Amino acid sequence: MEIAYTVHPRPDTGVYNAKLGMWLFLASEVMLFGGLFSSYILLRAGALPGTWPSGWLSVPLGTLNTIILALSAVTTLLAWYSCKSGMFDKFKLFQGLTILLAVVFLGIKSYEYRDKLTHYEVELKNGQLADGHLVRREASGAVVLHGRLVQSRAELMDGRKAHGERQELTIAKADIVRMQNYGPAHNTFLALYFTLTGLHALHIIGGLVVMSYLWGPGSRMWKTNPERFTNRVEVAGLFWHFVDLVWIFLFPTLYLI
Amino acid sequence: MQATTQAIPHTFPDHAAHEDLGFWRKYVFSIDHKVIGVQYGFTALGFLLFGFFLMLMMRWQMAHPGQPIPVVGPLLTALLGDMATRGIMSPELYNSFGAMHGTIMVFLAIVPLAVGAYGNYLVPLQIGANDMAFPKLNMMSYQVYFVGGVIMLVSFFIPGGAAQAGWTSYPPLSTSIPTDGQTYWLIGMVFLITSSLLGSVNIIATIIQLRAPGLTWMRLPFHVWAQFTAAFLLLLAFPPLEAAGVMQLMDRVAGTSFFLPTGLAVGGNLANISGGGSPLLWQHLFWFLAHPEVYVLILPALGIITEIIANNTRKPIWGYRSMVYSALGLGFMSFLVWAHHMYLTGMGTKIATFFQTTTMIISIPSVIILTCLLISLWGGSIRLNTPMLFALAFLPMFGIGGLTGLPLGFSASDIHLHDTYYVIGHFHYVVAPGTIFALFAGIYFWFPKLTGRRMSEYWGKVHFWGSFLFMNLVFMPMFIQGLAGMLRRMSDGGVQYSALKGTGVSGALSETVIGLNHFILWGAVGLAIAQVPFILNLFWSIRHGERVTSDNPWDSTTLEWQTPTPPPHGNFLTPPSVYRMPYEYSVPGAAKDFLPQNEPPVKP
Repeated sequence: MEIAYTVHPRPDTGVYNAKLGMWLFLASEVMLFGGLFSSYILLRAGALPGTWPSGWLSVPLGTLNTIILALSAVTTLLAWYSCKSGMFDKFKLFQGLTILLAVVFLGIKSYEYRDKLTHYEVELKNGQLADGHLVRREASGAVVLHGRLVQSRAELMDGRKAHGERQELTIAKADIVRMQNYGPAHNTFLALYFTLTGLHALHIIGGLVVMSYLWGPGSRMWKTNPERFTNRVEVAGLFWHFVDLVWIFLFPTLYLI
Repeated sequence: MQATTQAIPHTFPDHAAHEDLGFWRKYVFSIDHKVIGVQYGFTALGFLLFGFFLMLMMRWQMAHPGQPIPVVGPLLTALLGDMATRGIMSPELYNSFGAMHGTIMVFLAIVPLAVGAYGNYLVPLQIGANDMAFPKLNMMSYQVYFVGGVIMLVSFFIPGGAAQAGWTSYPPLSTSIPTDGQTYWLIGMVFLITSSLLGSVNIIATIIQLRAPGLTWMRLPFHVWAQFTAAFLLLLAFPPLEAAGVMQLMDRVAGTSFFLPTGLAVGGNLANISGGGSPLLWQHLFWFLAHPEVYVLILPALGIITEIIANNTRKPIWGYRSMVYSALGLGFMSFLVWAHHMYLTGMGTKIATFFQTTTMIISIPSVIILTCLLISLWGGSIRLNTPMLFALAFLPMFGIGGLTGLPLGFSASDIHLHDTYYVIGHFHYVVAPGTIFALFAGIYFWFPKLTGRRMSEYWGKVHFWGSFLFMNLVFMPMFIQGLAGMLRRMSDGGVQYSALKGTGVSGALSETVIGLNHFILWGAVGLAIAQVPFILNLFWSIRHGERVTSDNPWDSTTLEWQTPTPPPHGNFLTPPSVYRMPYEYSVPGAAKDFLPQNEPPVKP
């Protein structure tokens, strides 16, 4: 039993089934990220004055990741173009490059996550805050941070402002009132950062799985049904471009403003 | 020349399947849209019954607070332990039954039945396609739905029990109640949302891509239009709730404060959270789904009713085009009314005015559709069979449900009625004697296509009159209770709330109002008994019902009746072409009183 229009477009709609399906799926994805971005706007607009941080994320790393995803959009397009032109070797090359770029993106992202998760804010008995990256925990229960001491949280809100010298701080267990890393529970900004980029990273991983399948075992279809294979590459590419596009919105929202 | 004659050699199911797939691939991991539709149907009917039993136990607790539940009490104690000591329903158990009744009825019973079962089974048949556009995704959508349902059911048996914060799961309550049931609820919802996403992409793509030659948009049966619109609502309205679900999951698991405000105190102590979140944000995202969801519940029902009314009045539907445009208008407007659920959250009058206006506007297309169906009855030669009885009852019942919604749509009158039993009465009139009646009607109507046999007319009518009577006995008193000010989530039916009486005390409910709980309880018991003939009739008729002698036993015009009975994998013997409108009944000068859509025009 054959289902109509799996490979060739239906004349009056101009698309084949999978392409339409992907566009519909992307419409729902727009609503998913639309809901999340709306939440960002509402939570940021409703935040108490002086509680919304800025400059907490590394703009150079974010920019690098933006360039990487933009490049991967180009290689995705070239991979599809190679299929269309019947150049299977070039498809393998460009698809491979896309996969490589996606892996690099995830690598940089993990580095950024690690940087946040090892960054601690320690509330001290004397009311001061110690803020910095964890160097080690000592057997006595004391922690060693590479960072600085500040008088209040407000001083930490702008990450771009020049701060005092960073130094190795050893904090005795008895001095610690509360110790918390810069994870999602730290504040609303980081909650949004981890949730939004985490969902985006899940999309990257999903795309990576599909792209790798089409590069590896899935590419056998090139010999039996090249047209259908090209369609698959196109549909996966549509998804990939959407994931890139989401990042284009995420980057300024989280890193720059 | 008609389906009647080509039918006979293909009546037996064994000849129908071209390939021999074996039990598992044929019935469990099937990619045939009809099998998946039936899987959806039976699973959803099971959940419908389960959700109904939850409500029945709650009704006992409301009428007889603190007394052991008869019959099932010991079983509850054995299964749930502390939540139901000595067979008595604890307030926590009442809350979790309430939350799960709503969740199960909406997300696991009615939507899967209306969209999963009817959409899957009928849409490809009615548009002359051999299957859905993405059969494997279709199978996955059922499986993901099934897993979501299992997660919801498992949550009853974990320590602390199932979710207790209502089907709306408003934070900070939902985040503060110390049970993992809420986490299960959220994970279950993510599965259900994924399932409906796969299903709706499939239905829309199928309708756009796989219509038979000649089946133009304005020749589609109204049911297909209704499913098309409902699928778009699912596609676009569910993702914001998925976003909200992910955020609430983060609140519970990762300790974030998306929905938790600064300074939140739980049990008298300041909660150890970062704060800065907004409980209202959840409500916005929730109702952005949950209002369109109402139309997902009602649109397929209107579609089913339209098919049955056209067929049983033996005349074309009056105002088919205006019904189509109304359905699309309903779909569009349903995205712009969500905040009428939130008048009491302190929104400004300007915003309230906007949402009142859109709410009044959305009632116009609903009224147009209902009016068209009513006028369609005029001058018809009505056949009063079981499906038609349900369809006829649907019209006034849905009318009551709709009209009682108007006072809730005005922010002034909503202040009094918000969160009372009036709201419960209102939406149950829409969904229970509305949508569920339509779903029953559909089961009686399409049963011969699925099985080649009819369900018993006699027991069908017993089922109808019983359900019709008891539905009204259950839901009509709720309007009275609501107007008297009875709140919707009181686990003792308002006894404690009204304990203090006399001068200077306002709000206490009278004996009569509280006494109505007994009335409703026995109405609900009657409703349960009225379903027995249906269940027996359904299963008995699969093997023993009266055989139909034709593929088209109701003399219908739409394409699903022009297939062998039951339709084989691949549906049509030859790909159909369509030449006419969906409801060409009693065409002047025609030989019969119906002209199927695929009947070529006679050359002069």
